[in-house]
Amino acid sequence: MLAILHALRKKGVLAINKRNAEYTLAYNPRRLYPLVDDKLRTKQLALENGIAVPELYGVIEVEGQVRRIPQMIFDHDDFVIKPAHGSGGEGILVITGRVNNGRYRKADGTILFQDEIDHHVFNTLSGLYSLGGQPDRVLIEYRVLFDPVFEAISYQGVPDVRIIVFLGVPVMSMVRLPTRMSDGKANLHQGAIGAGIDIATGRTLTAVWRDEVVAEHPDTGNSVSDVQIPNWDKLLDIAARCHEITGLGYQGVDIVLDKDKGPLVLELNARPGLNIQIANNSGLLPRLDLVEKNYADLGSVGERIAFAKEHFSVEHLDRLGSA
Amino acid sequence: MNKLHLYILAAALASIGLLLFSYKAFVLGFPVKPATTATVWNVEARLKFLADDKPAKASMFLPSSSRKFAIVDEHFISGGFGFVASWDEGNRQATWAVRKAKGAKSIYYQAVVRRVHTKAPEPPSKAPEISPPQLEGTSLAAAKSLLAETKAKSADTTTFVGELIRRLNRPVQEENVKVLLRDKPTTDRKVRLAVRLLRYSGIPAREVNGISLQEGKHDFSKKVPIVHWIEVHDGTHWVSFDPTTGRSPVPEDWLLWWTGPKRLVSLEGGSNLNTLISVSPKIEEGLSAAVRRAEISKPFLLKFSLFGLPVNTQAVFKVMLLVPIGAFLLVILRNVVGIKTFGTFMPVLIALSFRETGLMRGVILFSVLVALGLSIRFYLERLKLLVVPRLAAVLIVVVGLMAVISIVAHRLGGHTGLSVALFPMVILTMTIERMSIVWEERGSYEALVSGIGSMLTAALAFLVMNIKLIEHLVFVFPELLLVLLAATLLMGRYTGYRLMDLYRFRELAKG
Repeated sequence: MLAILHALRKKGVLAINKRNAEYTLAYNPRRLYPLVDDKLRTKQLALENGIAVPELYGVIEVEGQVRRIPQMIFDHDDFVIKPAHGSGGEGILVITGRVNNGRYRKADGTILFQDEIDHHVFNTLSGLYSLGGQPDRVLIEYRVLFDPVFEAISYQGVPDVRIIVFLGVPVMSMVRLPTRMSDGKANLHQGAIGAGIDIATGRTLTAVWRDEVVAEHPDTGNSVSDVQIPNWDKLLDIAARCHEITGLGYQGVDIVLDKDKGPLVLELNARPGLNIQIANNSGLLPRLDLVEKNYADLGSVGERIAFAKEHFSVEHLDRLGSA
Repeated sequence: MNKLHLYILAAALASIGLLLFSYKAFVLGFPVKPATTATVWNVEARLKFLADDKPAKASMFLPSSSRKFAIVDEHFISGGFGFVASWDEGNRQATWAVRKAKGAKSIYYQAVVRRVHTKAPEPPSKAPEISPPQLEGTSLAAAKSLLAETKAKSADTTTFVGELIRRLNRPVQEENVKVLLRDKPTTDRKVRLAVRLLRYSGIPAREVNGISLQEGKHDFSKKVPIVHWIEVHDGTHWVSFDPTTGRSPVPEDWLLWWTGPKRLVSLEGGSNLNTLISVSPKIEEGLSAAVRRAEISKPFLLKFSLFGLPVNTQAVFKVMLLVPIGAFLLVILRNVVGIKTFGTFMPVLIALSFRETGLMRGVILFSVLVALGLSIRFYLERLKLLVVPRLAAVLIVVVGLMAVISIVAHRLGGHTGLSVALFPMVILTMTIERMSIVWEERGSYEALVSGIGSMLTAALAFLVMNIKLIEHLVFVFPELLLVLLAATLLMGRYTGYRLMDLYRFRELAKG
């Protein structure tokens, strides 16, 4: 046990107590949380700053508006229903198409009736999925059609790229790939795969599935490492700009790659998870310390990305590790 | 950046706490360790009744100092009633009266009872004059034959009384006893009958009523039953007999309250009389001595301490002060060990109810209740109810289940099931709700891990909160809470790994 403790310290693994006390509490002012906890506000904020997000079809704020759902989605065969204050990917309903008689098809193929959708929306409105169970709002938005690069390595659902941004510098990143176990959801604790990404090149590294290191996708059998993420520089640019947009010092930026619309920001997270370290087989602390030390010298978005590419490339880190 | 600030604050709190603690422990002499036996009790009798809007008068017998117990420090709280103490057939009696009273009235009598150890032999007393009771018809015949049979099987007065009591208590009663006791063989009636029969045979006997001051067993919120026994004058002294076993003398902790067949309280001009006697053992001699010393030398300190509160509030605080201990344990288990629980303080509240049920029984009852609640919750899921009505439905089901479990357990014997009612039902409902959501969203594994984590935490909190020394320390030295607060504040800045982190990130430790 002491050996593990020593190894984790040496690697600079950031654990939950330290993340809360020294990063989220210290760098994320409480008053800014609503900007990222409410997905509707995040969406508006991103649009104001010229960052693309999935198109909003409609918002349901009170029970009375539930009967307007068919009208909101009249022009769309596929869409996503999500709580504005959801956490951990809970309460997200993905509809991939319509079946006759006004029924809908879920991502996993099951058929839903309109009243089942209504029930889900009612539950969400009364706060089933929101933090602390407060009444919530429901968003109906564009369903992302993911980039074909991920087709071989995800099972249903939409893979997304998570980038941890500290003081405007992208410090670590991974791509989350849905599996059968995660029910098409891209959340690690629900059973999705996380594959680390080399910040410098945008190529995937090792992958982690349920706390274990894996090389292949458990459902498709294809290799999940050394996959090039398209538009990588664009992704880094979006992530780095989120620092100014929200004002949060330590955040996780979740981006999806749409095959037609390119990178779209899904959500921002003021308390991003720590499993990203397992996916990258690397600790966050040395990177965070480095950014803290050099923060004063880093001004523009370009400078910050250059700094990240230089210091957090796998090549550079390996050299440091072997030295 | 704020670390220094925090350290100074924590150090200040801890030193204030420790200073007060040492002052009380070493200067005022408050005992640091709990004593094993209580020798002092707080006894309280509360009379409640509805006055009828006319002159009201309530009389209650009062305990007197005896060779076993001294009654000290009596208080009468009677709001608006005039109060007279008098003697009635050898008993001390308090009478409260008022010209006009209406509505609910409460009268309190509080006394401190102290065990005394008298070495000197008891001075002899004269046997009282008794007039033999009148018996007629079948009763007379039954009494005569019962007494004759008893006499045949005994040698002297003591064995005669013992034999008579045994006969009255046989599980299958003989005909004579049935005739005499009629259909209600309560201990009270048996005592009264035994006294009549003894008097009829010319033995000076009396009915004695009192309470049992069992050490450390009483909870102040519970009613203490009145016990009845028999005393027989052997020519020089009164000798007591236990009315169910015939043993003589009665247990040491039985406090004589009054003698004779009358009821404890008589009321005129009122209705719905409710009498509640409660007892709480005072921590111990050493403590009350220290309190008394402090009362004289530092009256201010005592006036603003827990010992200045009414006894049953003190009892509430005895439990309440344990909650911070449980909360601190929870901080350690969650932030240093990393155990997952449902709800932050749910395990502490469950642990409090374990104090009533006992650990094993508590764990079983809790598991049964959650398992049943959960299965009903899964059924409700199918009905697609809105959240608040669904929560209310689960709450109703939980309350219903508590009642059913109580009844079943009661029927199966013992009062073990009754304590299920002490579980915090709203907390249980929320636990069931959260568990079912976790179960659906993250699978049974996660739900069971958190469920078992909560249970283990509750059990551990119970074990810690049940340590007599801790219970004693926080109650006698509540200033130690400042030390606990300081430690909690410091834990708030613990940024090291949790034990569970080592497991979670074990892959990272490999290469």
